Amino acid sequence: MELILEGFRMAWHLLVTLDKEVLSVTLLSLKVSGLATLISLLVGVVGGTGIALAEFPGKKLLVSVVNTSMGLPPVVVGLFVTIMLWRNGPFGSWEILYTPSAMVIAQTVIASPIVMGISIAAIQNLPPNLRLQILALGASRPQMVWLLVREARLPLLAGIMAGFGGVISEVGASIMVGGNIKGYTRVLTTATVMETGKGNFDTAIALGIILLVLCFVINYLLTMVQQRERPR
Amino acid sequence: MKRLQNLSLFLAFTALLAAFLVTSPAQAASKNLILATTTSTQDSGLLDVLIPVFEKDSGYFVKTIAVGSGQAMAMGEKGEADVLLVHSPDAEKKFMEKGAGSSRRLVMHNDFVIVGPAGDPAKIRGMKTSAEAFKKIAQSGSIFLSRGDNSGTHAKEKGLWKGAGVSSEGQKWYQQTGLGMGQTLNVAAEKKGYTLTDRATYLALKKNLGLEILVEGDAKLLNIYHVIEVNQAKWPKVNAAGAKSFADFTVSKNAQDIIGKFGVEKFGAPLFFPDAGKKPESLGL
Repeated sequence: MELILEGFRMAWHLLVTLDKEVLSVTLLSLKVSGLATLISLLVGVVGGTGIALAEFPGKKLLVSVVNTSMGLPPVVVGLFVTIMLWRNGPFGSWEILYTPSAMVIAQTVIASPIVMGISIAAIQNLPPNLRLQILALGASRPQMVWLLVREARLPLLAGIMAGFGGVISEVGASIMVGGNIKGYTRVLTTATVMETGKGNFDTAIALGIILLVLCFVINYLLTMVQQRERPR
Repeated sequence: MKRLQNLSLFLAFTALLAAFLVTSPAQAASKNLILATTTSTQDSGLLDVLIPVFEKDSGYFVKTIAVGSGQAMAMGEKGEADVLLVHSPDAEKKFMEKGAGSSRRLVMHNDFVIVGPAGDPAKIRGMKTSAEAFKKIAQSGSIFLSRGDNSGTHAKEKGLWKGAGVSSEGQKWYQQTGLGMGQTLNVAAEKKGYTLTDRATYLALKKNLGLEILVEGDAKLLNIYHVIEVNQAKWPKVNAAGAKSFADFTVSKNAQDIIGKFGVEKFGAPLFFPDAGKKPESLGL
């Protein structure tokens, strides 16, 4: 119990003194996971809307695959991305293993299905007649898609939050493809694992608290956007 | 208005993406060096002192991947690391025999110790040999935590069980964590079990553990670190120049001085003893 209080005290200390190392670790967490979320937002919303609106054979199978991938274990993703990016692997010539870019790739693989799965559900959950109505009012096809996405923005934002929450808190893939290199690929989660290994529990708890605070702030901002105007 | 807002959002996103892509491939490839090493060198804090000195002197950017010695050597065997700092002599010899490494040099040593709860249920405190102690632990059925991760420490431990004539594998009191040394010590402390640890990691973590050194000083408990350059002839993508530069650095006078002094201030005794240039025989190998 005392340890947790000590952790809180340490977190506070690290935050108010703007500890350089903690600051850079926090910023990298934000940068990597933020970028991964943005890319998965593009991939997920575009792909999800496409799948939801199109009719094709095997659609149910594809949706099941996407839904299953929402629970992709980060370590498994990490392992596959590592093998792909090895120097002597298929994408070795990129030379990006153990760089922040590799972490973005791995996290994008984790977050995209989450955003996509929720997008599919969000679009499919719209009243089926809405589409006909929009078309009847003379909208072109792209206009119709745009209006549907706008109409589904509440659950879509929930999807983004779920995706972001999934990647900023994962450690398995980040430690494998990033390597937890000091000042380069060390993020909040991998630093927490390392400090635990070193027996510095107070620092580990402090990093955990900072991670939670960061998640809260981001989600608060997203929720503000989400709740700004309720759909009519 | 709405449209404008969306457009500006999109622009901001693109700018961010561009900024990231521009800033991330920072160093030229040949200046990157992948060091695969054991958890003990990182968890004890030694690398945090050594690496910055090397980076400043040489201009290389070291990517330290701290894993067990087993995994480090597996990375070397696949050409996925440039230089290794490991402590699993028997496995290292096999590694060299396969031609996976181009040079292997002695860097430093410290020793392994058997630690356990102060209560010492197996009554091994002060025993002179590890074999005796391990036999006693097995006989009394006291919990023993093994790394179980093919690390140097795990390899050493398996050798010690063999030397004691005990088959520990599959026994109820023998538990494998599959974790690094620091975490395994924490598990041992929590379960009030025995474990084999390198002295450096133990000293670095001692304050939170409540585990005591019960057996030490057996010649079999020596823990020796070598630096190995991965063979470029086998894997052309290996940064051989960087590997040589790092290996030369670890055995240089400067680095050896740092190693010898590391931990003296904090723990009152050095955590590692520099051995560069010594004959392996002088350590009793």
